[in-house]
Amino acid sequence: MKFSESWLREWVNPALSSDELSHQITMAGLEVDAVEPVAGEFTGVLIGEVVECGPHPDADKLQVTKINLGPDFNDGELVDIVCGAKNCRLGLKVAVATVGAVLPGNFKIKKAKLRGVPSHGMLCSESEIGLADSSDGILELAQDAPLGLCVREYLDLDDVTIDVDLTANRGDCLGLKGLAREVGVLNGLAVTEPAINDVAATITDELTITLSAEKACPRYLGRVIKNIDVTAQSPLWMVEKLRRCGIRSIDPVVDVTNYVLLEQGHPMHAFDLDKIEGGINVRFANKEEKLTLLDENEVTLSTETLVIADDNKALAMAGIFGGLNSGVTSESKNIFLESAFFSPLAILGKARQYGLHTDASHRYERGVDPQLQLDAMNRATELLLEIVGGEAGPITEAKSDDNIPQEKQISLRRVKLDSRIGHHIGDKQVADILTRLGFTISFDNDVWQVTVPAYRFDIKIEVDLIEEVARIFGYNNIPNVSPKATLSMCANKEANLSVSKLRNALVNRGYQEAITYSFVDPKVQALLHPDQEVMTLPHPISSEMSVMRLSLWTGLLQSVAYNQNRQQNRLRLFETGLRFVPDESAENGVRQDNMLAGVITGQRNEEHWDMEKAATDFYDIKADVEALLSLTADASAYEFSKAEVSALHPGQTAGIYRNGALVGYVGTLHPELERKLGLNSKTLIFELLLSEILTAKIPEAAAISRFPSNRRDIAVVVKEEVDAKKVLQLIEKVGGNYLIDLNLFDVYRGESIEQGFKSLAIAMILQDDEKTLEEKDISDVVNRVVDSLKTQLNASLRD
Amino acid sequence: MNLDDIILQAEQAIAAATDPAALDQVRVNFLGKKGLFTEQMKGLSKLPKEEKPKAGQVINIAKQHVQKLLTERGELLRAEVIKQKLAAESIDVTLPGRGNELGGLHPVTRTIERIESFFGDLGFSVKEGPEVEDDFHNFDALNIPEHHPARQDHDTFYFNPKLVLRTQTSGVQIRTMEKEAPPLRIISPGKVYRNDYDQTHTPMFHQVEGLMVDKDVSFTHLKGILHDFLHHFFEEEVEIRFRPSYFPFTEPSAEVDIMGKNGKWLEVLGCGMVHPNVLKSAGIDPEVYTGFAFGMGVERLTMLRYGVNDLRSFFENDLRFLKQFK
Repeated sequence: MKFSESWLREWVNPALSSDELSHQITMAGLEVDAVEPVAGEFTGVLIGEVVECGPHPDADKLQVTKINLGPDFNDGELVDIVCGAKNCRLGLKVAVATVGAVLPGNFKIKKAKLRGVPSHGMLCSESEIGLADSSDGILELAQDAPLGLCVREYLDLDDVTIDVDLTANRGDCLGLKGLAREVGVLNGLAVTEPAINDVAATITDELTITLSAEKACPRYLGRVIKNIDVTAQSPLWMVEKLRRCGIRSIDPVVDVTNYVLLEQGHPMHAFDLDKIEGGINVRFANKEEKLTLLDENEVTLSTETLVIADDNKALAMAGIFGGLNSGVTSESKNIFLESAFFSPLAILGKARQYGLHTDASHRYERGVDPQLQLDAMNRATELLLEIVGGEAGPITEAKSDDNIPQEKQISLRRVKLDSRIGHHIGDKQVADILTRLGFTISFDNDVWQVTVPAYRFDIKIEVDLIEEVARIFGYNNIPNVSPKATLSMCANKEANLSVSKLRNALVNRGYQEAITYSFVDPKVQALLHPDQEVMTLPHPISSEMSVMRLSLWTGLLQSVAYNQNRQQNRLRLFETGLRFVPDESAENGVRQDNMLAGVITGQRNEEHWDMEKAATDFYDIKADVEALLSLTADASAYEFSKAEVSALHPGQTAGIYRNGALVGYVGTLHPELERKLGLNSKTLIFELLLSEILTAKIPEAAAISRFPSNRRDIAVVVKEEVDAKKVLQLIEKVGGNYLIDLNLFDVYRGESIEQGFKSLAIAMILQDDEKTLEEKDISDVVNRVVDSLKTQLNASLRD
Repeated sequence: MNLDDIILQAEQAIAAATDPAALDQVRVNFLGKKGLFTEQMKGLSKLPKEEKPKAGQVINIAKQHVQKLLTERGELLRAEVIKQKLAAESIDVTLPGRGNELGGLHPVTRTIERIESFFGDLGFSVKEGPEVEDDFHNFDALNIPEHHPARQDHDTFYFNPKLVLRTQTSGVQIRTMEKEAPPLRIISPGKVYRNDYDQTHTPMFHQVEGLMVDKDVSFTHLKGILHDFLHHFFEEEVEIRFRPSYFPFTEPSAEVDIMGKNGKWLEVLGCGMVHPNVLKSAGIDPEVYTGFAFGMGVERLTMLRYGVNDLRSFFENDLRFLKQFK
């Protein structure tokens, strides 16, 4: 809520500067977002009167005037000013920038000639002195504005607009009345409210009011005002106050209801009386009932929407927005004023349901003082009659006492106050704070009985009172104390691998961690994960961020492209985070798996004076994946098998299995996708399901053999399609107990190897725990292995 | 040849040898099986028996003398050889080493790990929760019923009225309290989402939630622990203020600001005493237990700590940005 500081000071005027006041209310929980001057910087603008006004001899659109700036200005000398504004006319009181004046933007006023006619100053519009962004014509001041007075002083322009970001519980501060009350509490000052007088009826017209939904609307006041002049001008002081609170002047009726809204924090509404058929009925909308709103949109009302209706139709959406057909227009002569209490529960969420948010709905949703309707009605009537004239009828009130919120009684226990805050605030001080807040208290047996006035509808239970005491006492006056706790040890399972360990392993291998958005571009994701069901955000930031990711690849690959476009070509990136897979069997219909994914591209090595220059390939990234998996100390449980994934190269992709369960993929990005994603070199990626690789084996130490080990190398020639894995697994299977290690150290194709075949060189390490192996023991193993390779894999020994 | 001539010859030959091989030839010539000293020894047999020991001793002394010269000269020559070899092997030690550089963690992770370590040391355990969350855990259980005005402040991404991208990590409080009984000390880092994108907002960011529930936990404790945390996190005596605020799930509620280098207060976290309704809805008796909770913005803390100016740079993943965090 924006408010004018000087308006607030009419109610309560603490001896604080603007900055101090802003700080004070911020520290009371009414956070000040911004403090802005209400007008531009200017000097030398005085009040003058147009005493002569005639057409310019040589310009159709200009007028030549003489301005009286009062007897003190150059001994009463009249000033010649040429003015181009249409509304410049004889007798008008105007804001005159005199020679020497400086207007906002450091615009200096000098003597000038306009088409041959001397002009010694300028008649100012609102925008020219920084009161508005744009304006039509010059500023018209009230007829009683004193000549020669500085306009800054006259309009009280050394004022600021303070914007407070009110929390949802403080609806009571959505008006000057509430804000002033709060400032009064903080400074221990009394608040001077403007006098609100009963306006006696001068006519007898009234409408019957029926409350058909008493819970939703337990009080409704109405009043007829006839024969008004809607074309009258709202007074400048009112327009200015509205402006400083961020509301534009529309017409006197709207201005007055807005003024009461800002001053009292109470929304009002005015209907064109002549559009109302019969009486007023506050009821829920009928099924399929339609209403055209003031913004000219027609809405179909839901039956939970409260409306103000007459005998035949809905007139307005209660507490939210008026209807077009019953609104006050420039032709209106007779109006019906509404001042009602609507229960927040009846209004909450309704405006939003229709895509609306109004000053009224904002307040009714948060709560309005249930005792304020009569004051608001009287205040509005009085202001209105002053401006638009007319005769007021009696106030008609319909109410349901049982449903009007009453003052509440709440107990505040000393023991709870102390234990929640952790600091003892003395009885006297507690009593003082509660009393200043307008609460009525009694104290007995270490318990305060607190009566909370209706306007503090946010105070409902004991902790609400505790917060109020702490807030006014000042959070920063409460000491800082270290908490004490029971030291119970947490189960810290050794087998649980931390994600941080995996991250560090990748960092040590040269990877940089990335964090990408969880929502991605559906078009890009569909390239990587075609035909997969996906969660779509109905209201995304943009279409490029509109679906939940099915893997971390989309984000990572886009990061690769982003960096390649910035001359970063050697990339190693990884990310951990959730993927979102629609799955009816999972909680809330979505499986949220924690993934670890990585991507590498560019040269295998950083450019170096003595390192190999080669593009990175599958075996580079596979080594990184193997290093990660090795942290689980469970090598024998893992298996890499040739796999098909549409995003990846059909011949360079492996599925990764642990004990037969799929834990992820590693492979070369499909060249077609590389092209479509705009990547400029071969790109390798992997993704692992973290939950499957975060349990490690706990070491079980075996004794080291005291006897020498023996190495025997064999070179076997097999068909291309025989995987290395098959060969190694077979050797392991038939190798027997002496075989303690295997290492494939060469793959050879070419001379002396038939086309379609390859030679695998494998080192076998043989050792026994009990004895030094004899040559015969060793050759037995080698022969057994070679025989099995021959018979089972059609392998031959390379000569 | 007489012995003195041999010694003289040997001395000259040793001095003339300029490499170990030549020296070795000298050794062979004088001390080898057919060397001159061996010849001399053989000549002893011609002497009378009583002269033999004396003459033998003289030869031996001479032999030892030559041997010593050989050894000394040998060491000298070898040292020379090593010296030359080392000189030839000299390299430019200023050339860069072989192998690849280390990568680095994302600054957001770095901050989260630091926060985890501060609170982990106090016995707070780390909990994680889902990011696609039901409205019960994101709102209702946190005392934010449907249509509560506070919901509107959240700019929530809805999938449907019952399912959202979590707007805060506070839902993990509820999930933890549903499963575990007090005393509780947890922190929960993670991603949260708000439908807002401009210079100072990204639609995804990170929070660390903290919760402590026990008997006699009070607002002074909340203040104490957060003061300590902020001082340790920034490693300086930053100016801190607790400002009253409103969150439906805590009461009293506060926002915590720290004084920035530009002299302006900056909000870094929200906190408060857990609202009794929240404890109740998780089955904990608020008359017996109290607790505090806080939620801090990781990006904001990271920006302040490392002087990052643009929030959006966290999610652009520009290598030149990331590489600054080793």
